[in-house]
Amino acid sequence: MARALIHMPANAKRGEIIEIRALIGHPMETGYRVGADGKVLARDIIRSFACRYNGEQVFGAELHQAISANPYIAFFTVATESGTLEFTWQGDSGFAHTEKMNLTVSAS
Amino acid sequence: MKRRDLLAAGAGLTMLALVRPASATPAEMAAAINTFTGGAKPQTGKVKFDIAQLIDNGNAVPVTISVDSPMSADDHVLAVAIFTERNPQTEVAVFTLGPRAGKAEISTRIRLATSQRLMAVARLSDGSYWSHGVDVIVALAACVEGEAP
Repeated sequence: MARALIHMPANAKRGEIIEIRALIGHPMETGYRVGADGKVLARDIIRSFACRYNGEQVFGAELHQAISANPYIAFFTVATESGTLEFTWQGDSGFAHTEKMNLTVSAS
Repeated sequence: MKRRDLLAAGAGLTMLALVRPASATPAEMAAAINTFTGGAKPQTGKVKFDIAQLIDNGNAVPVTISVDSPMSADDHVLAVAIFTERNPQTEVAVFTLGPRAGKAEISTRIRLATSQRLMAVARLSDGSYWSHGVDVIVALAACVEGEAP
């Protein structure tokens, strides 16, 4: 089970632009490196990332081998209403991870 | 069979001395950008690709891409893509945004195989494409362990 860290404010005013930083532990093996036994290590990367705000996708990413190990992605979204932000990562050999964060939005 | 496998096989046969994975070429980057834009030529401007000019460690290079856009319902950024010229694979990432992003700015960390030119291309909601290219120098390359099989 991968370990993921998400940094975002727990409270925001309506209409405020909030920054979300998501980090997940993953080797992002490129498939180009050679292991100790002289064989090429099989590719094992995270292919996609998505953030859904109350079910609606607000941000998505398609990742390739050139993304560093332990992928870090920072982006912004507008706080529209209180609810849950769901973060999903999907990758090779059936890798899937989901994190949920709550956001409380107050009237400005 | 994937293009990458073909390239790797071809490089292995023709250049036995070359043990590194085949690197992408400027032409491949141009082709990849062409695929992303659907044939349109990206204009220069609006996009800001923020990356250090001199990179000590190519394994994790922080990059920030921001696009000058109001991010309103009728004028926003739909996607931002990063391309490299000489990594084994030219595509780095494609980010999908929308009017709910509020601000078109993305940060991440990437790998760089060698000193090269990078391009960031943004697709706007009006169908136009904007780009920014930067040249960087990489001191310690990513994937050096993979050199000697």
